[in-house]
Amino acid sequence: MKIKQVAEILNANVLTGSDLLEHEVNSACGSDMMSDVLAYVKDQGVLLTGLMNVQVIRTLLMMDMNCVVFVRGKIPPAGIIDFAEENGVAVLQTDLPMFESCGRLYAAGLGRADDTGSCSDPGEGVNGAENG
Amino acid sequence: MGEALHYHFDVDGASFANAGRASVETKKLLRQLGVAPEIIRSISVAMYEGEINMVIHAHGGDADVYITEETIIIILKDVGPGIRNVEEAMKEGFSTAPENIRALGFGAGMGLPNMKRYSDEMHIDTKVGVGTTIELWYHLNKH
Repeated sequence: MKIKQVAEILNANVLTGSDLLEHEVNSACGSDMMSDVLAYVKDQGVLLTGLMNVQVIRTLLMMDMNCVVFVRGKIPPAGIIDFAEENGVAVLQTDLPMFESCGRLYAAGLGRADDTGSCSDPGEGVNGAENG
Repeated sequence: MGEALHYHFDVDGASFANAGRASVETKKLLRQLGVAPEIIRSISVAMYEGEINMVIHAHGGDADVYITEETIIIILKDVGPGIRNVEEAMKEGFSTAPENIRALGFGAGMGLPNMKRYSDEMHIDTKVGVGTTIELWYHLNKH
């Protein structure tokens, strides 16, 4: 799925990274806990979060993820958007809650092509979607 | 280690917003040096968690990166409170981080377990009231 499609499915505003919209993403992870995101290394994913600080972007950079979706209508401060822009991360913002955002992307097929699609790992008890 | 490349970073303990800077810089350096992407990512995650820990618990410290043909070693050194019970701290979910840190997305008790998971060897030298030094080793030929 392209980042452009993620934005469409979530009725999201693209706050920065319009040049990244054609990039493919293969998986997604919904979490407000960055340590849990860091626990499961996956390729080319989207992070959905309600957490709003610069560590969200650093976490993405560490994980080689290039798209973050801020859910529940929260607007990130300019500092976060600027930092994302400098580092080639697309920032999307949707009014949808976490649960529905994850549900829509999952229903649209994101992360379902194979077993490595999401950051949730049943064996470890980390939920892919939380804080809906 | 005679021919090791060495990079030093001060980890600023005064500001949570700055935590992770050394890891981002190290990641860029390793990319420039042509280190394999999966090793870079392991190092990035482990070092980042370590840096966050240093800022949360120890008012910052020093991060040193040594690179040879065979090995990359990350040394994170602080003069913080030390780890009272390393075995307990290594358990996933165990955390002594204050509630305000959890609100920032960390303190889930995954820091040290993540560092262990994303290193070939992890050595912890800690003393209560003195500080903690953590070495993360990566054997490049093994990967």
